[in-house]
Parts: sequence; structure tokens; C-alpha cells
Amino acid sequence: MVESRLQSRGEGSDIEIRNLYKIFGPNAAAHVDAVRNGLGKDELNAAHGHVLGLNDINLTIPSGRITVVMGLSGSGKSTLIRHINRLIDPTAGEILYEGQDIARMSQAQLLEFRRSKTAMVFQKFALMPHRTVMQNVGYGLGIRGVAEARRNEIARHWISRVGLDGFEDRYPNQLSGGMQQRVGLARALANDAEILLMDEAFSALDPLIRMEMQGILLDLQQELHKTIVFITHDLDEALRLGDKVAILRDGQLIQQGTGESIVLRPRDGYIADFVREVSRGKVIHVGTIMRRGAPVDTPVALPRTATLDEAARALTNADINRANVVDDTGRHLGVVTLAKIVAEMIAPDDSEPLEDDAVAA
Amino acid sequence: MDFVQFPEMSRGDLRSMRQAIDGGFREFTREYGPTLEAIFEPLKDLLVFIENLLITSPWILVLAVLAGLVHLIGRRFKITLGTALALLAIGYFGMWEDTMRTIAMVAVCTLVAIAVGIPVGVLMARSDRLRAVVTPVLDLMQTMPSFVYLIPVVMIFGLGKVPGVIAVVIYAIPPMIRLTDLGIRQVRPDLLEAADSFGASNWQKLTDVQMPLALPTIMAGVNQTIMMSLAMVVVASMIGVRGLGQPVLQAINNQYFTLGVMNGLAIVAIAIIFDRATQAYGKRLQKHTEAIHG
Repeated sequence: MVESRLQSRGEGSDIEIRNLYKIFGPNAAAHVDAVRNGLGKDELNAAHGHVLGLNDINLTIPSGRITVVMGLSGSGKSTLIRHINRLIDPTAGEILYEGQDIARMSQAQLLEFRRSKTAMVFQKFALMPHRTVMQNVGYGLGIRGVAEARRNEIARHWISRVGLDGFEDRYPNQLSGGMQQRVGLARALANDAEILLMDEAFSALDPLIRMEMQGILLDLQQELHKTIVFITHDLDEALRLGDKVAILRDGQLIQQGTGESIVLRPRDGYIADFVREVSRGKVIHVGTIMRRGAPVDTPVALPRTATLDEAARALTNADINRANVVDDTGRHLGVVTLAKIVAEMIAPDDSEPLEDDAVAA
Repeated sequence: MDFVQFPEMSRGDLRSMRQAIDGGFREFTREYGPTLEAIFEPLKDLLVFIENLLITSPWILVLAVLAGLVHLIGRRFKITLGTALALLAIGYFGMWEDTMRTIAMVAVCTLVAIAVGIPVGVLMARSDRLRAVVTPVLDLMQTMPSFVYLIPVVMIFGLGKVPGVIAVVIYAIPPMIRLTDLGIRQVRPDLLEAADSFGASNWQKLTDVQMPLALPTIMAGVNQTIMMSLAMVVVASMIGVRGLGQPVLQAINNQYFTLGVMNGLAIVAIAIIFDRATQAYGKRLQKHTEAIHG
């Protein structure tokens, strides 16, 4: 159940990134083989003056899900997302979508692909200052040649969906940052593209506004089932939004999976450092830490997707210390104790291995 | 060897070189002069048409239309009122016809400068190589004393309106080209990236994003071009362009102080009108394009 968040949903195609390399420099192609054979970022820069942007990226982006690529600045995350609509050309590798390699599309195919299949939201909004909110939201449709009346009708719908009714005729510089990014989101959604690329879309916003925008995105995704690629440097944001989380460092993918699996089993010290500050109670589900066994005599039954926070609250409210865990249909799966829940909520001093009887469902 | 005397070319060689170049150019003029004149014929027709329209229409109508145009462009009552008063004074002091000729001349020169300057500026913004070629040419056009390029222009076209337009455009077009190039290069790259991400073609990027955002800068170029055209009017009168420049030239030759000052002030008045109106327009364009705050 939890792991199924990694599987595609809906009818769209997954995006498959295969052996993707990006080297920046005048003679990039000449150095790919050396990098394939283990030449590192620093050596490449020192010996040849080229910058290694992405190093052998392999990533499946499931359709209808939110895939978050997380990394610090300079990790290559913005470079990676720009390969999906080829704002940046790869040095080597494939990006497959609907059986086509985006890296090999002709200029005409690429324009058509960008017009009909992708839409993008930018960190600094990138709204056209000379256009009203309405004209900005209709921008992508105008590029595709949609007539103005129809364009405005669609734009009005999406402006309303992001909560900007009444602001249609304002200009971007008359709006706050949060409102501007709602326009950016509406502009992307108005294009009705399957793939939504969000490049640090909420990073420039205040924390409260950012939470609000995350909520709007999750609500919209509940019904739209877009294939969303979301870039962020904020692990909390990654865990809140991501069905799938991929962590990028120095141009390499170092771990991918559900947010929960990364929190529970960080692959190396670098990720463990990140994960230590995360509030585990919001990320880990009872289904992951329950002990298999016969039902116990307790009035509380928790769905296995309940977070540890929710489980702890339910148990303390009922003033008991054990609960049964059930699946969506109410079938018994296992048992959790309050002690186990609390133990898992506290970050381990060391990334200790999970007990054998804790099931990663 | 002493370094007092410069080892210059011998006089005879120098003379024969000049004669060869002049002869070649004279050949060229004889060969292609009529063709070139034919090409520029429509320009002359346009100029004559505007001139006649301004001179033969009732003055009150012309005054109302000019003030109305200024108001449409500038949307400032002070400027509109100033325009009307200045034109009344010009008419009262007997300079109406010359002023109309000058306005027609400046209008045509500005139109030509825009029609040629904007495409060149756009191409320059797209290609660093073209920019490297065009920039020194523009420097040359701006610094070469205008009397020097009057010579070949007159050799080809003789005296009259067309050589006047060409000379004025050569002098006044560089800011148009430079500021178009600058305006387009200044468009924020993230906006172009956004346009790219939605699949905009190069033409769509130019018309939807680059041109509208460069427009305030381009308008500054138009303003500069108008000012420089007006400044060139006096020089152009030396090759037979009629208008406010001719009385000024006459005043210089005969030391008529008052005639010179009056016509000079009329040129100043037109310059101020054009300047304030186009600047107000430029400011209006910029209203929504200020930097976005986060």
C-alpha cells in the first residue's frame, strides 16, 4: 500500500530517465567516456575545465504521482528538471516519454511536446510584467493558437481554482509573492499538460504561504493526477509532497524511494544528517513499524496508513497502550504498542537497522 | 634617418589615388544614380504628400490635429496646451509654413529610422557577430562630420528632399538601433525561459515577450532619433531641404540676428513638444513593467 505510491496512476506514460549525463563546457561530449569510467567532478574541472552537472542519472518518474527531487544548491536538481522539457540539452543519455526519446526530438517536435505535454512553474515566478493575470494564465494557450474568448474562459476557471477571483485584470507587480506564484501555477495548469514541472516553485515564499501553496497543490493533485516533478532543497517539503523522493548530490542520485523509506533507512551519512531533523511522527506510518501477530483485545483499530503522530494521539486519547492495525477493508494486519510508536518517533542515535519483525509492507 | 620629417606618400601618388577613388565613385554615380533615385522616389512622394497636407489644410485644423496627436501620445494636458500655444506663436511670427515643412521632414525621417532601425536592432540583439560588425559602423555614423557624408549623397541624388532625408537618417538612426538592441538584450532571461517552456517559437518570443518589454527602451530611441533629426535640419538645409533650417542658414550668411533666433526658437519649441510627448508615452509604457517584488 505504502510502496504503491511509487507506481504510476492513471493512463499517462511514465518518464524514464536513462544513463543521463550533462557536462557543461565547450567540448562536453569528449569527456563523457572519461566520466563513465569514473572521472570525478573535481578532477574533470581541474584537468579539463569542464563542469560535471549530472552523472549517470537513472530515474523513473511514475505518471500521476508527485516525484520530488531534493538536493542542495549545486546538486544539479535544476539542471535535471530542465532536461525533461529540454531547456537544457543532455550530453548523453535518454529521457523516454510515450516511447519517444525527448533528447532526440527535432526542434519542431520539441516545440509541440512543450506545448501539449509539459508546463512549468518557476522559482521566481517568471510572470510577464506587461500582461494582466488573465493574459498571463492564458499565455501557454495563446502559444498553441487557442482563440482569445476560449483562452479567457479557461484562464478564468484556473484563476478561480487557485483562489484569485477578482484579480483577473491586475498586473503581476500589484500582487504579493504568494499570489504571483498562484498565477504561475494557474498558468501551468491552464495548459492542461500531463507533466507539471515545478522548479523550487515555493522556495521564494514565506513559510506559512509555502505551507498553504503545498496544500493547494496536494488538493489539486487529488483530482488532476498530473505527473509532477517537484524540485526542492527542503526535506520537509519533499516528504510532505512526494509520493517518490529522489536525493541528488553533486550530480548523482544517491537514494530514491518513498519519503518514509528514506527516513527509516538513509543510505549514507549525508542523507542521515538530513533526515535527523525531520519530524518522523509525520512521515512514518504504523503499517511500517507494526508487529505481525494475532489481534489483541483493544478498542482502537488504526488504518495502516496512519502516521505515528496520529496513532500516538489516538492511543493517548483512549488511555491505552496497544492498538490493532487494519487495512482499508478492515482486515487485521498486526499490532503496535505505544512504546514502539514513541521509540520510532525519536530519531535513533545511529542509523540502526530495523528489527526483523518490523515489516516494511 | 631623421624623425622630423614624416615619411609621407609623395604628392603625386596621393593625388592620383584620390583621383582614382573619386573617378570610380563618379562612374558608380553615373551608372546607378538614376536607379537609386527611382528606389527612393516613394519616399519623396510621402514627404511631399505630408508637407502638402500640413500646408494646404486650414491652419486651425492642423493645429487641432497636432495638439490632439500630442495628447493621444502623451496624455498630459500641460503638454497639449503647451503644444497649442507654441504653434499659435509660431504662426503669428510668420513661421507656419517652414515649421510644417520641418515637421513633415522630421516625421518622415523618424518613420524611416524606425522602419530600418528596429529590424537591424532586433537582428543585432540575436547575433553577437552582427553586433560586432554594426557597432563600429554606428560609431562612424555618429562621429563622422555630417558634411562629409553629404558629399556622396549629393553626388548621387543632387540637391533636394531625398538626399536631405538620407543625410538626416544616417545621422539620427544610430540611437534607434542601439536602444532596440539594448532593450531586447535587457529582457530578463527567466521570462524567455518561461516562454521557451511553453513552446514559444522564436517569432512568438519576439512579439509576445521581447518587443513589449523592450518597448520603453525603444521609445527612448525614438525620442533620441527625433531630437537628432531636428538638430540635423539646419545642416540639411545646405543641400536644399526647405523648412526652418533655411532661414537660419540665411541668417548666418547675412548676420540677421533676430531671424536666426526666431527660427532657432521655433526648432526648440518643436523639439520640446516631441520630447515631452514621447517621454510621457514611454513612462506610461513602463507603468507595469517595473521589477517584481517577491
